[in-house]
Amino acid sequence: MSDEVVLSVRDLEVSFGTKRGRAEVVRGIDYDLRRGETLAIVGESGSGKSVSTLALTKLIPIPPGRVTGTAHLGGELELIAMTEQELSRVRGQRIGFVFQDPMTSLNPVHTIGRQLTEGMRHHLGLSERDARDRAVDLLEKVGIPSPEQRLDDFPHQFSGGMRQRVVIAIGLSCDPEVLVADEATTALDVTTQAQITDLVAELQEELGMAVIWITHDLGVVAGIADRVLVMYAGEVVEAASAEALFARPRHPYTIGLQASLPVLGDVERHDLAAIPGLPPAPTALPQGCGFYPRCSYRDDERCATERPPLTQVAEGHWVRSFYEVPAEEAARAAAANRIVIEPPDARDEGVA
Amino acid sequence: MSAPLLQVEDLSVHFTVGRGRAKQTVRAVDGVDLTLGAGETLGLVGESGCGKTTTGLAILRLVEPTAGRVTFDGTDVRGLSTRDLRRWRRRAAMIFQDPYASLDPRLPVGESIGEALDIHDLHQGTQARRARIGELLERCGLHPRVAGRYPHEFSGGQRQRIGIARALACEPDFIVCDEPIAALDVSIQAQVMNLLGELQSDLGLAYLFIAHDLAAVQHICDRIAVMYLGRVVEEAERLELYRSAQHPYTRALLSAIPIPDPVRERKRERIRLVGDVPSPIDPPSGCRFRTRCPEVFDACERIDPALQAVAGPDHTAACLLHGEVGTEVAH
Ligand SMILES: Nc1ncnc2c1ncn2[C@@H]1O[C@H](COP(=O)(O)OP(=O)(O)O)[C@@H](O)[C@H]1O
Ligand SMILES: Nc1ncnc2c1ncn2[C@@H]1O[C@H](COP(=O)(O)OP(=O)(O)O)[C@@H](O)[C@H]1O
Ligand SMILES: [Mg+2]
Ligand SMILES: [Mg+2]
Repeated sequence: MSDEVVLSVRDLEVSFGTKRGRAEVVRGIDYDLRRGETLAIVGESGSGKSVSTLALTKLIPIPPGRVTGTAHLGGELELIAMTEQELSRVRGQRIGFVFQDPMTSLNPVHTIGRQLTEGMRHHLGLSERDARDRAVDLLEKVGIPSPEQRLDDFPHQFSGGMRQRVVIAIGLSCDPEVLVADEATTALDVTTQAQITDLVAELQEELGMAVIWITHDLGVVAGIADRVLVMYAGEVVEAASAEALFARPRHPYTIGLQASLPVLGDVERHDLAAIPGLPPAPTALPQGCGFYPRCSYRDDERCATERPPLTQVAEGHWVRSFYEVPAEEAARAAAANRIVIEPPDARDEGVA
Repeated sequence: MSAPLLQVEDLSVHFTVGRGRAKQTVRAVDGVDLTLGAGETLGLVGESGCGKTTTGLAILRLVEPTAGRVTFDGTDVRGLSTRDLRRWRRRAAMIFQDPYASLDPRLPVGESIGEALDIHDLHQGTQARRARIGELLERCGLHPRVAGRYPHEFSGGQRQRIGIARALACEPDFIVCDEPIAALDVSIQAQVMNLLGELQSDLGLAYLFIAHDLAAVQHICDRIAVMYLGRVVEEAERLELYRSAQHPYTRALLSAIPIPDPVRERKRERIRLVGDVPSPIDPPSGCRFRTRCPEVFDACERIDPALQAVAGPDHTAACLLHGEVGTEVAH
């Protein structure tokens, strides 16, 4: 990872006009993404993770959607004010996307060869021949056996895990600076998920791209993220390095999330520390802190009436909360279910 | 030990797909043995397509088994007449990953629960029926007044609570839980798991808990059975399985689960499995896992391994590394 910032997002807000009034879905988020870095965005479904990245290249319907703020790509291009035509040169070329369900990203009636080469011919101006050669390289890179033969196959001829590899190959085909992986492994088995996260990490090392990894799986975050944004009700409630977020979580929501996870090897089975209640609807947000109705720490009279600002509690560690959970208590609460027995791993002897 | 509540022996479910020359047999479940005691939870894990759901459905006879025996509280369920089967069904229920699938979108949720009461002639009479519906909803953490609302008005977690209330309506001793938390957010998963735990200790329910999330299974289950391509390949007490998994497939599965702790997670070396699960239409000869097994040796192609006692007490695995126990493959 270098210090070069490839994507700089400021005051990003997204709302939608709905029958029930304006839905404020993303309520002002900021981050810098560096070359080679993996930024994880975690949070409850509906918290605005997908919309906050889709909005960068207007992949949401506008109207009813409305996007404000700025997003600078490579220090020069500002995306939010761009026209559709300008954006079509960014999308797929400089920012690649991989979504949860490969079937929605792949066209079932076209061969995967055609779908892979389309973007390269359009964006990179490659000849059909060169695009095909590059497609073979890409398929090989993402671990598809006999790539030459498979170019002429259709999506349904691949297994779920293999399809997701094809979608990653498409996402990478124009050498993007940023790859957005939105729940890219959520529908896969853990064995396949491990293959895909390893694959993306290897490609990232090789190509130097930055990755935004959207997931609700804290285990995946722990394995791959450099930095983490925790989103709740359209806001970033905590931002920190992965190490700090797991060792010293500070926001009541982050603490609650970690405490609610069942953990492998828990010798004593306590009830899980579930977070009570449900997240608010984006059309009916609480007046004060978005997490107030579910918070077990709320303790400040401002919690109910004022939106807390994002404040720095340690170098590079930001928290949006009036109430400061004492660091020790936070660490203890979050680790309530932590591993007690080590799992087997490849270095253990064989079973024989 | 007293007789188990549920005993499954050599259960098979084969589906025929295609017709004429293209006719093929899908061996979705192919010789499964399971035992479950009253008030216990048995976990069933494995990659998607390995036959977990079909096993659950076949135990409840919601699909017809091709072969094998299911004994519930001493009665052979396969031999039951339609009438006795209905009576038996009262004692066994199922909840699904998507409770939408089991709730009629056009019916208020209270009516969906009421329907389950009516099928078994329980709590009849307007008053008694309404009271019982309210009680079931409350039992599952919902207010009785939500009975008049429709499924789409609820969040995923609330719908799962309704699915559970409906399953409880027939006062079962046994519930097949098929991926009941897979579609829920982390913070809601814990709510539903706690609810299932509470109901179990209050009502003495036995669960067959099907999931692919091993951390959740390990938290909620007493014993865990690991399936691969239609077979159980290992079974043990939950911590025993975790501490000393004996089948290479179980070890690979365990090593693939990401741990929410960056320090440990980054130190780990995974056992990498290559490729995909083969098709259940034409499973590999001998050991079905041999095409992906990191420890495969020559006997694996020749002998179809049977479950054998390994390591600790009540721990079985079907792997030839522990002795060449199984059936020779005919040439
Ligand atoms: N086109 C749209 N019109 C109205 N609301 C929308 C639209 N797209 C998304 N939303 C709302 O935005 C919120 C955030 O959605 P999303 O970013 O998909 O959440 P996440 O990815 O965190 O699960 C949700 O409440 C969703 O209903
Ligand atoms: N009705 C059916 N007809 C044909 N094949 C089926 C049918 N139901 C399930 N299968 C197949 O049986 C295998 C096991 O499926 P399933 O029990 O759903 O697995 P799991 O629940 O472990 O994901 C899969 O290969 C699936 O495609
Ligand atoms: Mg999303
Ligand atoms: Mg299933």
